[in-house]
Amino acid sequence: MKEFWLGRLSLHALPHEWFTIGGTIGFILMPLVALAILIRIKGWKWLWGEWLTSVDPKKIGIMYFIVAGFMLLRGGLDALMVWLQQALAPSTSVLGAAHGYLSSDHFQQIFTAHGNIMVFFVAMGFVFGLINYIVPLQIGARDLASPFLNTLGFWLYVGGVVMVNMFFGLGGEYAATGWLAVAPLSETQFSPGVGVDYWIWSLQISGIGTTLAGINFIMTILKMRAPGMTLWKMPLFTWGSLCSMLMVVAIFPLLTATLFLMFFDRYLGMHFFTTALGGNAMMYTNLIWMWGHPEVYVLVLPAFGVFSEVVATFSRKRIASYTSQVVGMLGVTLFALSVWLHHFFTMGAGGDVNAFFGVMTMVIAVPTSVLVFGWIATMHKGRIRFSVPMLWFLGFIGIFALGGISGVVLAVPPADFQLHNSLFLVAHFHSNVIGGVLFGIFAGINYWFPKIAGFRLNERIGKNAFWCWIVGFCLSFIPMYILGIMGATRRLDHYDASTGWQPFYIMMFIGGLVIAAGVALQIIQVIASFLQKRRLADLTGDPWDGRTLEWATSSPPPSYNLAAIPEVTTRDAFYEFKNQGGLPKTQYEDIRVPYNTASGIYIAGFAFATCFAFVWHIIWLVVVGILGIIVCVIARTFNDNIEYTLTAAEVEKIEEDRKKRTESQVLEDGEDMSVWEFMKIAIVWALGLIGFKRRVHGN
Amino acid sequence: MVLALLGFALVITLLLRGNNIALFNSKGTIAHDQRSLMVATVAILMLIAIPALFLFFFTAWKYRESNTHAKHDPDSHHGKLLVPFIWLAPASIAAVLAVMLWPAAHKLDPKVAIAADAKPITIQVVAMRWKWLFIYPEQHIASVNFVQIPVHTPVAFELTADEAPMSSFWIPNLGGQLYAMTGHENKINLMGNIPGDYTGSSAEINGAGFADMKFTTRVSAQDAFDAWVSQVKQKGNILDIVSYQQLVQPSQNNPASSYSVTQDDLYDTVLMKYMGPGMNMDMGMQ
Repeated sequence: MKEFWLGRLSLHALPHEWFTIGGTIGFILMPLVALAILIRIKGWKWLWGEWLTSVDPKKIGIMYFIVAGFMLLRGGLDALMVWLQQALAPSTSVLGAAHGYLSSDHFQQIFTAHGNIMVFFVAMGFVFGLINYIVPLQIGARDLASPFLNTLGFWLYVGGVVMVNMFFGLGGEYAATGWLAVAPLSETQFSPGVGVDYWIWSLQISGIGTTLAGINFIMTILKMRAPGMTLWKMPLFTWGSLCSMLMVVAIFPLLTATLFLMFFDRYLGMHFFTTALGGNAMMYTNLIWMWGHPEVYVLVLPAFGVFSEVVATFSRKRIASYTSQVVGMLGVTLFALSVWLHHFFTMGAGGDVNAFFGVMTMVIAVPTSVLVFGWIATMHKGRIRFSVPMLWFLGFIGIFALGGISGVVLAVPPADFQLHNSLFLVAHFHSNVIGGVLFGIFAGINYWFPKIAGFRLNERIGKNAFWCWIVGFCLSFIPMYILGIMGATRRLDHYDASTGWQPFYIMMFIGGLVIAAGVALQIIQVIASFLQKRRLADLTGDPWDGRTLEWATSSPPPSYNLAAIPEVTTRDAFYEFKNQGGLPKTQYEDIRVPYNTASGIYIAGFAFATCFAFVWHIIWLVVVGILGIIVCVIARTFNDNIEYTLTAAEVEKIEEDRKKRTESQVLEDGEDMSVWEFMKIAIVWALGLIGFKRRVHGN
Repeated sequence: MVLALLGFALVITLLLRGNNIALFNSKGTIAHDQRSLMVATVAILMLIAIPALFLFFFTAWKYRESNTHAKHDPDSHHGKLLVPFIWLAPASIAAVLAVMLWPAAHKLDPKVAIAADAKPITIQVVAMRWKWLFIYPEQHIASVNFVQIPVHTPVAFELTADEAPMSSFWIPNLGGQLYAMTGHENKINLMGNIPGDYTGSSAEINGAGFADMKFTTRVSAQDAFDAWVSQVKQKGNILDIVSYQQLVQPSQNNPASSYSVTQDDLYDTVLMKYMGPGMNMDMGMQ
């Protein structure tokens, strides 16, 4: 009976190791504190009604940012733990491990979780956040093609986030297999625990959400652009997003299918990728990389788009060779699907196959280089402002060049036999993912923050954070390249002191601390900007002298984006309008606005329950979960009352009110505060809290 | 900033002194060729990377906002040559690399035998959890986590695995890696040119004992190799199917050991265990 109700769950699954207890407390405490605050300020109804059930892509975008931001801290902590272990490794035991302070199994779980969290829940989360917020504004759309699919996709992503952290509380182990759970290591024979099951279901649930979002954005970009905005007049961030989403739709079903095959192996005793009975693990390696390689480009194409916008705006010049940029992005999209085998030249495919995929990898470097040359030509004869987004762009070029050079070396099969699975490889992809994707995201956030929040971000602290990231990156990853050349393989939880590797590992850990300081500064940057928001307020809606339509509306924009959608005739539409003396005056019109809906939360909740039930083999809950999904979907389908009309008069009133409010605001004088000034304010505030408590005691 | 970079480079150089920089410290034919290829690739890439990076940062600096002397032309149309240039420059570098890569990938394909005067020897390698078994079919001996090879002699390693996830066989001083998988044979040819002891490992993660799955490769003169072989035979440890069953059980951080092999088809049995319907269930399959 107990087995029926609880499946394989038992008391043993409850946290009983220091890291699971710590994690559980962290993950239960955080929501509890949030809940307490909400009850205190009676904000629950507001949160639920205005945010959680919202179908407004702008609000969903902000929610993506918040979740991805928390996951960045979580994944960053993993990175520091990995580096600390490696820095300590040759020394004797701490906390009961034979080397360093982590057992090898725990260490392997940490780097697996680090990879999964950073790729699926940080990079994907931020990229979807940016696309959600910016693309509809840029193309002059009021909303997405399917606002409901969007909220569903977001909540499935949240389900994946919860699932990937669930092991702290129940089970106590995550996959110890590397971020792609290589077969047959991930099969029950070698990984019998629930760790790999958590891995399967957290990726499955968020992956399906990603596919839905991909379909939604392709529909939106192709069908809902402002009149006159042909594909060849689209802003480049939208182009990058379109390419990225096309690739999502091409590859994520492949991930879903591969995960299902792995699920069949692990749950139904099938033999797709096992060692026995005709299973073929090489097939898994192929399938997972046919998804895994293009996935990197899914992340980096929107980042390229961000950089194209940033370079043009901050050079005060149109983008050079727009056509080459678009063709370059499309070329990357196409060729990205034909290079996956370079992840396993070392599996023994033979000269012809390896040489073909090596050459294809050289080919994909061409459109990428074209983008870089296009950006150089854009800066030529420009007037470059080195604001924070532009700094991230400069940093990106330096680090991405390093990653690109090392990547081409890795693409030469005989060289790859030596470099594969070494720390050189790890340093290479971190150069591209941090330099390309993460810096792109940071540039995008600094660039569009005024649009999102209504005030600019503090420049001084932003620059400090940037330099911490650059210095920290060099301190961490240059030693990592060197370790690779010294023959250090990746994923080692210990090594002999005689190798002479330890100083480099220690340097990497110190670099990690510097990056952590950069992250702390970024958090401070946001808080400090909030404190000075009356000084940094963006009253015009166009703080950077922007070129594309998102700057044509107020900051932050109303729920319907643009009150009147203009007829677009050129690229850089808003810039042209400004040259011609402003946006054309048009009549306000009725706007159809979708109602908020909780259906997405319910469906994702049931999907989460189903996946959780699969992890623990609780069959009744699987059935309930699947039925729940079906019922919710059908109920949603029969709901015809999903939109209401905002009449032209109401829109006019909203616009007039907004105008009055902006005109009545006066900007405060002064400078962006420095970190030290912020520290002073923070300390005074903290002292005030203590003083307040003392007074209470005194009474 | 230049000083900081120089200091950083100096610290790294000092830390590198006296250590084995495995990929540059080639002790074998294959490692040597692979190193040359790496260096050539980087050199060719520098032809485009250095000018491009210089041009990039120079342009960014020249057209900075505070430099009012520089031209500003917000609507400037680039010349007709820009588009052909930005496509052809990287494409020509890629073409050069592709032309270099294609024959190299064939010549340095691990299964290609190495041409040399000495008669090649074969060593059969079984990756286990978490140790390496080396079987010398011609010498009828075997060893664990230790492999000795004669200098200037091509060695054909035949790789498979037993009761273990994919593992990667790598001796960086002698040459690049190749995967060892159950029910599958991969061949990698290596040749040591300078006597010495070189560390090998599993480069691919394969479970809890992964970090300790290391072995010593001893490249020695032919007579030292022969002496080692006869010494192993005299010691009298026997590896047959029974003691093999013991050996294949998972174990971590194994010391080196050696055996006389009484069963000639041991390696083939391990390989065939995973093939076809007539699997030998006695070998401990699940």
